[in-house]
Amino acid sequence: MKRQLPLYITFITGLAMLIQFYMPKIEFVGDIFQKWFAIIVVFAYILGAGSLILVNGQKILKASPGWGYNLVLIIGLFGMFFIGIFFGISKGPFNFLFNYVFTPLSATMFSLLAFFIASAAFRAFKAKTPEATLLLLTAFIVMIGRVPIGEVIWNHIPFLSQWSLNDLIERWIMGAFNTAGQRAILLGASIGLISVSLKILLGIERGYLGGE
Amino acid sequence: MNKIKHYFRGGIVKRKVKFKISFYFIFFYFLLIQIVFAETPEIKPWLNLDKLNNLLGVIILTLCITWFIYHAKRGKELYVRRIAGLSAVDEAVGRATEMGKPVLYITGLADIDDIQTLTSLSILGYIAQKTAEYETSLLVPCCRSIVMSTAQEVVKESHLKAARPDTYRRDNIYYLSDDQFGFVAGVDGIMLREKPAANFYFGKFYAESLILAETGHSTGAIQIAGTAESTQLPFFVAACDYTLLGEELYAASAYLSKNPLEVGSLKGQDVGKFIFLLAIILGCILVTFKYDWIINLFKT
Repeated sequence: MKRQLPLYITFITGLAMLIQFYMPKIEFVGDIFQKWFAIIVVFAYILGAGSLILVNGQKILKASPGWGYNLVLIIGLFGMFFIGIFFGISKGPFNFLFNYVFTPLSATMFSLLAFFIASAAFRAFKAKTPEATLLLLTAFIVMIGRVPIGEVIWNHIPFLSQWSLNDLIERWIMGAFNTAGQRAILLGASIGLISVSLKILLGIERGYLGGE
Repeated sequence: MNKIKHYFRGGIVKRKVKFKISFYFIFFYFLLIQIVFAETPEIKPWLNLDKLNNLLGVIILTLCITWFIYHAKRGKELYVRRIAGLSAVDEAVGRATEMGKPVLYITGLADIDDIQTLTSLSILGYIAQKTAEYETSLLVPCCRSIVMSTAQEVVKESHLKAARPDTYRRDNIYYLSDDQFGFVAGVDGIMLREKPAANFYFGKFYAESLILAETGHSTGAIQIAGTAESTQLPFFVAACDYTLLGEELYAASAYLSKNPLEVGSLKGQDVGKFIFLLAIILGCILVTFKYDWIINLFKT
């Protein structure tokens, strides 16, 4: 019973969501489930906060290595919570902390991506094999074509300059090879997604319930 | 005295089961109430004819998958090609064990309603069983609290399967943040402090994929990733040792479990792919000769 009931719920809700996609008459069933999920997610935040307090609190109490970071996290969590409760979230200290502490920190993490792209590209574009050399040449053409100086250089290369660099990149490299590869992956993934959905619906795939 | 203790223990278990059953009854009761009293202000058709071709495609694919599941159920041997990334999972866990370092598992940024997350949890079950057998620590920082709760159950079940319930550490599966870059900062910190020997990234990832994979690479960990997000795959390919591309992520559960029913569904999936491939080739030929009607067959 303990194992079967979750499977029945999965089957009924999954089937209802599938049918309502094709039958507008019963679309409201899908809306009901979406609302339920939103309500569950709200309560799940309590679970998340509980986990944060428990895990970080233990490390602070035990004075584990790096416990200072845990303390900063707990102060941030409770600080923002109480500031939001007492001063509101649309203006005042909460808004100030959000705009001038949280947003710059997020932007800092995101900006790291530029450096990581450079280091990953450096490793990926080493011309060790014929395939890697081809990748390097293609990447070089695309990169040079994306900056204004690329067009200037291209126009001075004899023979090649008769073709447009933009056409070569947009129509051939990005439009043909890149799109074909991306669509092949997308098609395979979409069919895989349908297959896994069906397995979950029929109760064949039970890994998310902890196995058999 | 022991009999009384036994009675009470049994009572608690019974009460738990009763509570769960009554929870499910409440679920169905509220569902029924909502359906009966739901407002349907405008008259809508029973079937959306614009999605008929989509429905037909799903039916064909479902029939293919069901056909192979049926044959697998009857004991027919089905071949599945080797997926290097999944074959390397045992090697990665073994390496972490030899080095005495933990294994880090990331389920992605999506919530439990995403199929990639569900697939990731299935793979987590397998890896958790391996780490339990080898007595290696497994760290699972989560971006969503429902995923954290589910992951705790999956890992606990895997430890039970490995007959090592004593090695299960609930605190190793924890919530970090719902915020994309807050989560990345947290995971990067874990990588730099704990120095895991093996990092697994399975699920839905966005721009943070490369930040995670590059930080993991800088710590010298063996890294295996898998996602169906085609825009993030190049990043994983560049920074990880093995990458599962798109559909391979969905095939992982069948590949690892070797469950004939799951393997059967993989075969059905392949036949479905073959049918779509034929449609693409036929479409290319017909459109080249100006027969455009085939395009309308696939429009929604």
